Amino acid sequence: MIRFLLLFSRQGKLRLQKWFTPLSDREKKKVIRDMTTLVLPRPPRSSNFLQWRDLKIVYKRYASLYFCVGLEEQDNELLALEVLHRYVELLDKYFGNVCELDIIFNFEKAYFILDEFLLGGEVLETSKFAVGATMEEADTLQETMEEYMSKRAY
Amino acid sequence: MSPSVPLQEMIRAIRSARTQCEERGVIQRECAAIRAQFRQADNGGRSHNLAKLLYVHMLGYPAHFGQMECVRMIASPRYSEKRVGYLGAMMLLDEKQDASLLITNSIKKKVHDLGELFAPAARSLLSEKNHGVLHGAVVLITELCERNPETLERFRKTVPDLVQIMKGLVISGYSPEHDVAGISDPFLQVRILRLLRILGRNNEAASDAMNDLLAQVATNTDSTKTVGNAVLYETVLTVLDIKSESGLRVLAVNILGRFLLNNDRNIRYIAMTSLQRIVGTDHNAVQRHRGTIVDCLKDQDASVKRRALELSLALVSATNIRSMMKELLLFLSSCPPELKSQAASGIFNAAERYAPSQRWHIDTILHVLTTAGGDVRDETVPNLIQLITNTSELHCYTVHKLYRALLTDISQQSLVQVACWCIGEYGDLLLRGECQETEPVQVTEDDVLDALETVLQSHMSSPATRGFALTATMKLSTRITDNVDRIRSIVSIYGSCIDVELQQRAVEYNALFKKYDHMRAAVLERMPVIEKNSPGHTNGESTKEAVKEIQPAKVKQAETLLPQQPTNQVCDLLDLLGGSEEPLQPNSAAGSTVPVLPISTSSTAGGDLLDLLGGLEPAPLTPAVTVYEKGGVTLTLSSEKQSDSGLMVTLTASNSTDSDISSFTLQAAVPKSVQLHMKAPSGDFLPARGAAKVTQMVVLNNPNKVNLKMRIRVSYTSQGSAVQDTVQVDSFPEH
Repeated sequence: MIRFLLLFSRQGKLRLQKWFTPLSDREKKKVIRDMTTLVLPRPPRSSNFLQWRDLKIVYKRYASLYFCVGLEEQDNELLALEVLHRYVELLDKYFGNVCELDIIFNFEKAYFILDEFLLGGEVLETSKFAVGATMEEADTLQETMEEYMSKRAY
Repeated sequence: MSPSVPLQEMIRAIRSARTQCEERGVIQRECAAIRAQFRQADNGGRSHNLAKLLYVHMLGYPAHFGQMECVRMIASPRYSEKRVGYLGAMMLLDEKQDASLLITNSIKKKVHDLGELFAPAARSLLSEKNHGVLHGAVVLITELCERNPETLERFRKTVPDLVQIMKGLVISGYSPEHDVAGISDPFLQVRILRLLRILGRNNEAASDAMNDLLAQVATNTDSTKTVGNAVLYETVLTVLDIKSESGLRVLAVNILGRFLLNNDRNIRYIAMTSLQRIVGTDHNAVQRHRGTIVDCLKDQDASVKRRALELSLALVSATNIRSMMKELLLFLSSCPPELKSQAASGIFNAAERYAPSQRWHIDTILHVLTTAGGDVRDETVPNLIQLITNTSELHCYTVHKLYRALLTDISQQSLVQVACWCIGEYGDLLLRGECQETEPVQVTEDDVLDALETVLQSHMSSPATRGFALTATMKLSTRITDNVDRIRSIVSIYGSCIDVELQQRAVEYNALFKKYDHMRAAVLERMPVIEKNSPGHTNGESTKEAVKEIQPAKVKQAETLLPQQPTNQVCDLLDLLGGSEEPLQPNSAAGSTVPVLPISTSSTAGGDLLDLLGGLEPAPLTPAVTVYEKGGVTLTLSSEKQSDSGLMVTLTASNSTDSDISSFTLQAAVPKSVQLHMKAPSGDFLPARGAAKVTQMVVLNNPNKVNLKMRIRVSYTSQGSAVQDTVQVDSFPEH
């Protein structure tokens, strides 16, 4: 299973963090620090795979963002590259020609898409269209201002 | 209502802050506003505020005051709030370690029961058409099987179904929904292959059922894109793990070989990872690709280099050791620092197991020490010293090489330590200036002392290294002739050194010069051969101990042993011979002597001491003559002529009583002009009823050809009491 998924910029600023195992805050910060120090200095044409502690790290750079996952021992690294690619495609479909700014300003949407695609560290939905359809449905459920104020808050 | 606008304004404000200080200011203000809003009654902005809080949290600032708000929002009937509430809960509540730990613990306990619940459901889900559901079902079954072997047995029956599904995916036409670069739903395919791997492991029937499928996937999958390679990779792993037929295995290894030649670094990396797994079982298959793997050592990428190193070390064997070692040494000189120590220890292990010759072994270790001396383990030094003492014919060569290495560079501590030790031991060979194996260097005594002094004074030398150097200097005092005064002065200077260890050594050596000068030669003789604990296996601990014992610092021990040396007894013995005052062997400064102490001081029983007189063809042995027989102890003597004036005498003792004899020692004395060298006995224990014998060799040199006589004193302990006896041998059996 995937242990974590991180997105960070070329300057090391974190844009998205998804953890699939419970970790304390300190441990998370340590992982983030280690990932950025391991991945950022790598030369452009090097291998996308690393070994870190007992995990395999797979990373891919898309424009100015690094997508980084930590895998367990039996997971398929090449498939992880495909998982990252599929996530980027989903983002692209939803935002229309996605760029880093889209992810910065609409991070909660990025999280929602991720939650439709990956669950518990495994791929949840392999169909390209299904995730997009679900997101559209959810967006229609988002209330307008009047509906929002008219509902009781408890 | 989507929390976009106010959130985006805040994000813009934060991003436009030019310094860290400014950013912190903006964030503090926003957090204060958010806190105030949370405390207020419901207004239209709750989801905005929580979203803002989540952004701030992602930047790394504390956000724990939002946790209660998350819980409230999850309970809200408003969809937007629910959504953001769940997101917040997932991100913020993680901080509460206790809560999440409790939750996971309670789930873990129930896994076994849950497993029972889900197994039948999972089975039926396999017939679903929806890929998402199918994928989930396969993942579930995989997890169940991994945790519970009984479930594994039950799910073996699903193998045909899985094979069917897989076939459908591989052969089916283009499905736009699931297609990735021509492969239909690779995620599902890989998961099914993984499940098949678990089900087919150690099971003939299941493995048979999937053979065809695996062959089909392996041959039909397009390997130009990463996706195809991902599926092929999983297939190869499955084939190698189950009980597949040999044709299929060969196919799998060939695919890995093709991967190795791929231009893409990623593919080469995973090929090497997979080959690492099978190098134990299919060693020959992997050997075929040795050339490519060794080439990968030169790759730019650090990950690829690491894999190549591990795999190369696993592929070293007796046949390819020379070529592999050349490559590995080349790699060592240019490898990244984090791999250096792994490479060095790997090289040592390989050299240890497959060294084709002693000289090659020593050369290799020296090469490693010069290139990566700082990264080797501590046990290397004693191991190397032991190796050197064991190869007596190469002492000259070794000491020359080490001397040259010392002159070039004294920063690598391990190398310097070994070099000092060797120069101390074999300095005479160095000074003699002739060597068969390598270009001799014309070295004067001053040069050697200069080199050692440089090491002593250099700030780069560690305290241990300086200890080595000081002792080496001291040892040279018996092996050189002219500069003994210089050594004396060096040693006395260090008598007031700050380092306590050095000071102690220096003071003791000083004492050796002053009060115990007559013992100096005996104390500083050549070391006997160090025994390894078990053959072919460097037992780090005991050799360390053995070396520590014999190490120069143990001059003290030798010193204390020496007084036991029966100097007075020897004189008595010699008196019995009628006034011949042959003192027991001061070692000649030429150093080409063998330790003569009649009592073996070292515990290395059974190892022949360095025999520099070896190389002479021994004449056939004369028949053994019994020279002593009393109290059940029999001593026989046989001799062989070594040269015109040389005679090698072998004394053999045996015990025919019913009780064991211990501490059995022999002492010998000869007339004045005859030179006597006693070698170490094979032991000092005579078991009862002649179960084993003790032999001791004595070398006699009779240049004046006087009448050869020998007085032998026998001493031993039997049944708790000490026994001593003397016998005179007047005539030696000669040819």
